[in-house]
Amino acid sequence: MQPIPSLLLLEAATRRLISLTPVDIAIIALYFAMVLGIGFYLKRYTKTGEDFFLAGREMTMWVAGLSFVAANLGSLELMGWAAAAYQYGILAAHWYWIGAIPAMLFLGLVMMPFYYISKTHSVPGYLKLRFGEPARALSAISFGLMTLLMSGINMYSMALVMKVVLGWDIHFSIWVSSLTVAVYVVLGGLLSAIFNEVLQFFLIWLGALLISIIGLVEAGGWSGVVANIHRRFPGQDFTHMWSGLGHFSSNPMGIHWTGIVFGLGCIISFGYWTTDFLVVQRILAAKDLRAAKMGPIIGAGFKMMVPFIVILPGLLGLALLPEHLVGEAQAVATGAHSYNEVLPLMLARYCGPGLLGLGITALIAGFMSGMAGNVSAFATVWTYDIYRALIKKRASDEHYVSMGRWSTILGVLASVGTAYMVMQFLSIMDYVQALFSFFIAPLFGTVILGMMWKRCTPWAGFWGLLSGTVSSIGMWAWVKLDPSALRYIALSSDAKDMAENMYRALWSWIICVVITVAVTMVTRPKPDEELVGLVYGCTEIPTEKHLALYQRPIFWAGIVAAVLVALNVIFW
Amino acid sequence: MQEPHGRISIWFFIGILLFAYGILITGVGVYEIFVPPVHKVVLQSLHANAWWGILLLVMGAFYSFRYAPGRHK
Repeated sequence: MQPIPSLLLLEAATRRLISLTPVDIAIIALYFAMVLGIGFYLKRYTKTGEDFFLAGREMTMWVAGLSFVAANLGSLELMGWAAAAYQYGILAAHWYWIGAIPAMLFLGLVMMPFYYISKTHSVPGYLKLRFGEPARALSAISFGLMTLLMSGINMYSMALVMKVVLGWDIHFSIWVSSLTVAVYVVLGGLLSAIFNEVLQFFLIWLGALLISIIGLVEAGGWSGVVANIHRRFPGQDFTHMWSGLGHFSSNPMGIHWTGIVFGLGCIISFGYWTTDFLVVQRILAAKDLRAAKMGPIIGAGFKMMVPFIVILPGLLGLALLPEHLVGEAQAVATGAHSYNEVLPLMLARYCGPGLLGLGITALIAGFMSGMAGNVSAFATVWTYDIYRALIKKRASDEHYVSMGRWSTILGVLASVGTAYMVMQFLSIMDYVQALFSFFIAPLFGTVILGMMWKRCTPWAGFWGLLSGTVSSIGMWAWVKLDPSALRYIALSSDAKDMAENMYRALWSWIICVVITVAVTMVTRPKPDEELVGLVYGCTEIPTEKHLALYQRPIFWAGIVAAVLVALNVIFW
Repeated sequence: MQEPHGRISIWFFIGILLFAYGILITGVGVYEIFVPPVHKVVLQSLHANAWWGILLLVMGAFYSFRYAPGRHK
């Protein structure tokens, strides 16, 4: 999961922002009926382990690609980044463009062939094939634990959002949404999760897009948005992506361009988009290698447009909302609205009955797609990479499918338990979010070296991953105990939290790579014949020369990359 | 586009839901044209729910028809 701004600090205010009409309730109820109906319908098509954990490997490139991007597009993502856009301006779009697109294209073009040809069922499964059991166990256990904890945190945050926005009871929101996800994932496994994610993707777009369209009409187009922001916030730069990144103190995020390019663009985003099994699992379900390569590229195309429904509403809030939104602490003290409420405020500003229900359904759909992604990925890693690898090595396929269903239920219950734990001890959230970030960057170092360098040895993979992770934890603890250490970790004492995350990821990746290379030099590599299908130089990648140009993944990746460059130049 | 094992396409489910949403939202939008609401949203004069509802209706009808079960057998 990419870092999300502090939406989690949203206070459970006593006022509600939006009141729903019977039409809105009907729209939400229809949504719940449809996702449950899809789960019941797909149960008959989910009999084998391949069906349950990999959706039968039958997904088209469009379904895999949309599901890939929808699993990441949670409601916290929508509300959190809209809030970040209000607070930091268009800088927040870096997390969607340089912080996502290059990594997604790299996954599709370079890494997917190895994941797909190796026929692995998971990223820890790939580590087992490439490096052996110790690397898999370390990766699987950390992923399983972190996935459940993050799922619980998201669940609690979602329930809090529903309480603030609609006045819904927190317990009601937690149980209704989590049980719905549990039912449809238990019934239809990954197939059901993917079907619902594609549905949810449409609802998120159709529910949120109207805010941007009407907002642009009200502001008089993009030039009107920029003019209004400059008039209302003189002397502050909210509308340029790169020109204010020359120094830590010259932009509202307190970040330097090197942190964005190297920390976010090269390490964190590559770590998340190429090795986080939550998203990679969707592409492993593709029906053939071309679909598996095109899936991330299609996902990148849509991801690039997400700022239109996430970042733009935050900027429209800056330009158009009559009051200035404030930080959460000030909002609680003064009764004003906070940054975190910008998306529901814009929703209430433009959307009447019916559209309001659609917008709220978009938020609920976002939450459920994220949670279904978490629990289906957890069920696969638990069943194949922990239970089958460490507890019960030989059992029937039916047994493992049954274990997958039970682990889905237990995973949801554990997430609910985490949500209640967070409710009692709010500070846990900060620690868990930090904890999740510890594994991402080193894992990318381990996987990419394993795929690209055949000399890399099994023990080097394990020790590199372990040392990168431990060093990341060490750097985090160092700054916690001695805040002045920030000037060493983030290269400046002006750096803020996000900047610290960027640089910590960069250092832990470098440490992982250095240790991996060093251990490789003193240990024995696997013979080439054991690396077939796993490593560049030992694997024959099917040629695409017989395909027309417009059918080749590289062609579409080139178009997406060109648009990415153009967008960054336009908003420089 | 033939689905494996005769399964109903995901696009059909999407079409049905969007069609139902289109009916509801267009209905409210048209009603508000004739009976303006007491609490108006900003730019109420655009009647966003009417035309956004029609968009959903058209998309829903297209997907429901194009990917209807049995249409490709």
